[in-house]
Amino acid sequence: MNIILFLAPASVGLGALGLLAFFWTMRAGQYDDPKGDAARILDDHLDDGPP
Amino acid sequence: MTGTFAIEDGALRRDLEAFVQRDDAGRGRVELLVRGARCAGCISKIEKAVGALSGVSDARLNLTTGKLSVALAPGKADPQAVVETVEGLGYRACLFDPAEAGALQDREGRELALALGVAGFGAGNVMMFTVPAWAGLFGQELNASTLTLMYWMAAIVATPCALFAGQPFFRSAWASLRRGKANMDVPISIGVILTLIVSFSETILRGQHAYFDAAVTLLFLLLVGRYLDHRLRANARSAARDLLALQAPVAMRVIGGIEHGVPVAEVAVGDRLAVAPGQRVPVDGVVDAGLSEIDNALITGETALAPVGPGSRLHAGALNLSGRLVMTATARSEDSTLAAIARLMEAGAQARSAYVRLADRAAALYVPVVHTLAALTFAGGWALGLGPREALLRAAAVLIVTCPCALGLAVPAVQIAASARLFRKGVLVKSGAALERLAEVDHVVFDKTGVLTEGRPRLIAAPARLVAMAAPLARASHHPLARALALEAGVGPVASDSVETAGQGVEGLIDGRRARLGRAAFVGVAVRDARETELWFGFEGDVKIRFVFEDQPRADAAETIATLRGLGLEVEVLSGDLAGPVRAVAEAAGITAWRAGLTPFEKAEIVDALKAAGRKVLMVGDGLNDAAALAKAHASMAPGAAVDAAQNAADLVFTGEALGVVVEAIQIAREARRRALENFGFSALYNVVAAPAAMLGLINPFIAALAMSGSSMVVLLNAARPRLTPRRRR
Repeated sequence: MNIILFLAPASVGLGALGLLAFFWTMRAGQYDDPKGDAARILDDHLDDGPP
Repeated sequence: MTGTFAIEDGALRRDLEAFVQRDDAGRGRVELLVRGARCAGCISKIEKAVGALSGVSDARLNLTTGKLSVALAPGKADPQAVVETVEGLGYRACLFDPAEAGALQDREGRELALALGVAGFGAGNVMMFTVPAWAGLFGQELNASTLTLMYWMAAIVATPCALFAGQPFFRSAWASLRRGKANMDVPISIGVILTLIVSFSETILRGQHAYFDAAVTLLFLLLVGRYLDHRLRANARSAARDLLALQAPVAMRVIGGIEHGVPVAEVAVGDRLAVAPGQRVPVDGVVDAGLSEIDNALITGETALAPVGPGSRLHAGALNLSGRLVMTATARSEDSTLAAIARLMEAGAQARSAYVRLADRAAALYVPVVHTLAALTFAGGWALGLGPREALLRAAAVLIVTCPCALGLAVPAVQIAASARLFRKGVLVKSGAALERLAEVDHVVFDKTGVLTEGRPRLIAAPARLVAMAAPLARASHHPLARALALEAGVGPVASDSVETAGQGVEGLIDGRRARLGRAAFVGVAVRDARETELWFGFEGDVKIRFVFEDQPRADAAETIATLRGLGLEVEVLSGDLAGPVRAVAEAAGITAWRAGLTPFEKAEIVDALKAAGRKVLMVGDGLNDAAALAKAHASMAPGAAVDAAQNAADLVFTGEALGVVVEAIQIAREARRRALENFGFSALYNVVAAPAAMLGLINPFIAALAMSGSSMVVLLNAARPRLTPRRRR
């Protein structure tokens, strides 16, 4: 039974990591210009990450 | 082109400092709207060229919104150089008013996306703890204390998620309650909070009925619908804002020989303004210097060009074609012709916003019924001896099972699918309500110029040999008729030493022989009935040739009109042009009802009269003279080549040459309305079955949440279902 006490927080923690990553992408403006980012990744000179 | 006109204010530099936003350190930023950029090559070209300008520290183009954000180093800025650089690359660019640029961030969309992310996380993770409970594992290998542990873990995950993700609903519900009304968000908020309270008390009392998962899953599904709806509206809003930014261009105020760019709203009576060829006249005024031709088509609907010179009156919104003009403003922007039309448009848009959307009509019926049912369940249950705990649980189940998810998704999902379908056909839908109104139309009013016709002059019946002879001169000119002639001739040599005289014509050498192309008098022909839609051409001392131009009807005009009639719609033409051309075009398209010589105000009045007679009018128009009628009509469409004000007033904007999209738009709108009603019907059926079951205690809150999700899925799938019989109802 004790394994639940370890596994449950671990899995919630992994989920929370994903959620934090989502917050970071929002804040970093990664959804501001989907079309532009799709085009930029194809060009070496432009592939400089989000602003 | 070498100008032969003399203007005393020979300004070359333009000062656009008014459009620069500065921070404390003096670093500036300008925002431009760039049109026409589509690929990685465009981004790299524009950013490199602008970044290389002196005084520019960084340039970044957002391809999705078309905004170019330029960071300027401290010191004297030159936004005009940025605009010219971008335009030099072949894109259309204009500066954003700093007040507008601040409003570009989509804060609401960001909030909804965050709430959606949190709700998704919560809904996914809380299931880890609640699924074993629902699977009935606790009666077998797991004991009751493990169940309580699971519920506490579910509470730890679900409660913060629900409180965070529920905020958009809580805020909206609170705002609506303070105004003494109840919108759809009120039962949602009560349902979520009640479910959380019941679940906590059950967990503390070591009971069996905790429903943390229901609260979060409910919010997640609701937020999906809310987010889709927001995206549709945000797209529509940004399209409208772009059009507004284009519509209010920079006015060039001339002070001491230097042109200063100012927002049009700041122009005062008596200001001297410069209007370059290709620009629109910013306010009403009188010409001081310069000769040119003015295209009034968008204000009055007249196709003939008007020559202007010192002393001529200019109306705001007219297009200056061939020469630079300096004018004195006689009215401020808000008193100009353009503004009068804009006010009419606003009045029309207000009348239209009174239209009650399907979803809102449903909500008005729905909310009180649901509240009454839930209250009855609680009071009735308790009175019949259920105990407050059980009665509250049933009330919560009623609120959840009747949650307006399906209702909330029914319309946005269908509208998203329909506007995506229209977008692929080249039609931009500006709002969801527009589709609902378009589905109801029974009377179609067309403008003539630019809608039934192509809106640009085309050379008629000229031998190819003569066209080729005049083409070198035509290619050297910017005049619209010469352009049409050059287009007809295709690529070829350009006349040398060409000199264009504004409002007269162009002169130059073709194979060493001096030739002229332009008005009859300029070429040296004496004709009594000289028309504006003709050009004369001749070599010096040789025979003079006449070219006649005409605005041709669109290729599929007649077919489109016939199809519209087949759909049971009445068709009419309202034009500002003279009776002759209007009759010719109307007859060619097979329309018997037409009126000519109308002012913008008369057009709007006729639309009003039709409305008063109970008709639902679809107006299709492209000019400034149509803008008021477009705004007043029940639904409206404008071609992509239309003046910005018309695009702004219209519900739908279609690109491309074919008029047939009008028919397709109506068909898709009708189909969407049918789907929305199907969805409503299904939701109603679901509620009629589920609500009594919940009241009787046959459904616990978790089953309620599942049933509710199921109904939402059905509604979504119905919206996305492809059309099975494409042209069944023609």
